[in-house]
Amino acid sequence: MEFYEGACELKLLQTLEGHTDRVWSLAWNPATGTAETPLVFASCSGDKTVRIWEQNPSPSSSSSSHSSWNCKAVLEDTHTRTVRSCSWSPSGKLLAVASFDATTSIWENVGGDFECVSTLEGHENEVKSVSWNASGTLLATCGRDKSVWIWEAQAGNEFECVSVLQGHSQDVKLVLWHPTLDVLFSCSYDNTVKVWADDDDDWQCVQTLGEPNNGHSSTVWALSFNKTGDKMVTCSDDLTLKIWEMDSTSMQSADGYAPWRHLCTITGYHDRTIFSVHWSSEGIIASGAADDAIRFFVEDKDGLVDGPSYKLLLKEEKAHGMDINSVQWSPGEKRLLASASDDGAVKIWELAS
Amino acid sequence: MVSELINANPIVYEKKERRARSMPTAVEEYAVEAIDQQEVFDILSLQLFWITFTPTVEHCSMATIIGLCLRVKLSRSLPSRYKVDIRVAPGSHASESAVNKQLNDKERVAAALENPNLVDMVDECLAPSYN
Repeated sequence: MEFYEGACELKLLQTLEGHTDRVWSLAWNPATGTAETPLVFASCSGDKTVRIWEQNPSPSSSSSSHSSWNCKAVLEDTHTRTVRSCSWSPSGKLLAVASFDATTSIWENVGGDFECVSTLEGHENEVKSVSWNASGTLLATCGRDKSVWIWEAQAGNEFECVSVLQGHSQDVKLVLWHPTLDVLFSCSYDNTVKVWADDDDDWQCVQTLGEPNNGHSSTVWALSFNKTGDKMVTCSDDLTLKIWEMDSTSMQSADGYAPWRHLCTITGYHDRTIFSVHWSSEGIIASGAADDAIRFFVEDKDGLVDGPSYKLLLKEEKAHGMDINSVQWSPGEKRLLASASDDGAVKIWELAS
Repeated sequence: MVSELINANPIVYEKKERRARSMPTAVEEYAVEAIDQQEVFDILSLQLFWITFTPTVEHCSMATIIGLCLRVKLSRSLPSRYKVDIRVAPGSHASESAVNKQLNDKERVAAALENPNLVDMVDECLAPSYN
């Protein structure tokens, strides 16, 4: 699908209030957004809670402006400090929640009620991110103690730590599994992205994407994969987005791991730290930054002569009253984006063309 | 906390003279305070506060706590929409880039401000003194 500058419009559908402190991150339930199941997402906050939001099935018309969102549940009284990140299992039944209180809690949706069924302890201090792998068998966490932990899900909601990965020299900001492969990516305050793969039950760092190989020159805050998983985008305090490509032509390593290489850098668009980036299934990259703006980028098909490049499709100034910490595209057919901010609000947008 | 002074003979910088503000003369319920033009200009012209401070010695172990105090003081005093960048003066600290990076990483600042001991220390530093 082709996108043209000026042909798209961002519409604010609803502003969701409820959190009493900054909202750090968002996660859409991947098993929702079908004809039978309304969209659901979770938001987590410095107010130590997670809120679960559900879309009301629009009763009469097909127009999305009639749909509205309600807070279905508040997960509270479990974490004693900021809840920094959350991640749904692929089935949408479990929600993993990472907190500055050094623990990660696992919540199960039992008939609409959320119960804390497990608590993962091990990190020395703040846990900053949590991510499920594609099959829901592995969970990764990372934190200020510079380590990345891999946990195996077992019967009866038990989780066993299978590996503690040291390699980053500073706190690890985010972990994310590849959308199809059991390969883990972590980004850090040490300005690098590290790639971790399993070699005969022994997890190790197989690649480091840093400044020497066209990587970032300051903290890497987040990353996201395209639909097929052969490209990823990273965002940083160095005010750039970088696109990376899996080099599947040079399968040099014996274990079949394909290394990643820098493809291009999107620079000159952001004025302050870029905290969040998310690649939609249609190929639109959304970014959320500390300048309160949301931007959308698409591949520039005209510029192929000089190699791949990306162009700004749309910029929403003052999307929030303060820093934007998270932008996430919804599953399902509608082009919906949720954004979370230091202003305590979550906003639902529709990118219409 | 250190018991003795790190730098017994610091350079003491002169403070800028306080600007006179227009004050209402009578305390009336409906008294209208004249708009201080300079004050309005100050607020409107700035979206971003760029703070630079100079530690007394280049190995000052208090540099990050001083920076944190500045950040907390400003966040308590300013409307939330303002952006604040805090740095040590170029060349003034041995770990300049590390201190600057830490002071401007809001996740680290947020985590630090959930530490009660650190918050107590910041509050102590920010407590008014009248000597």
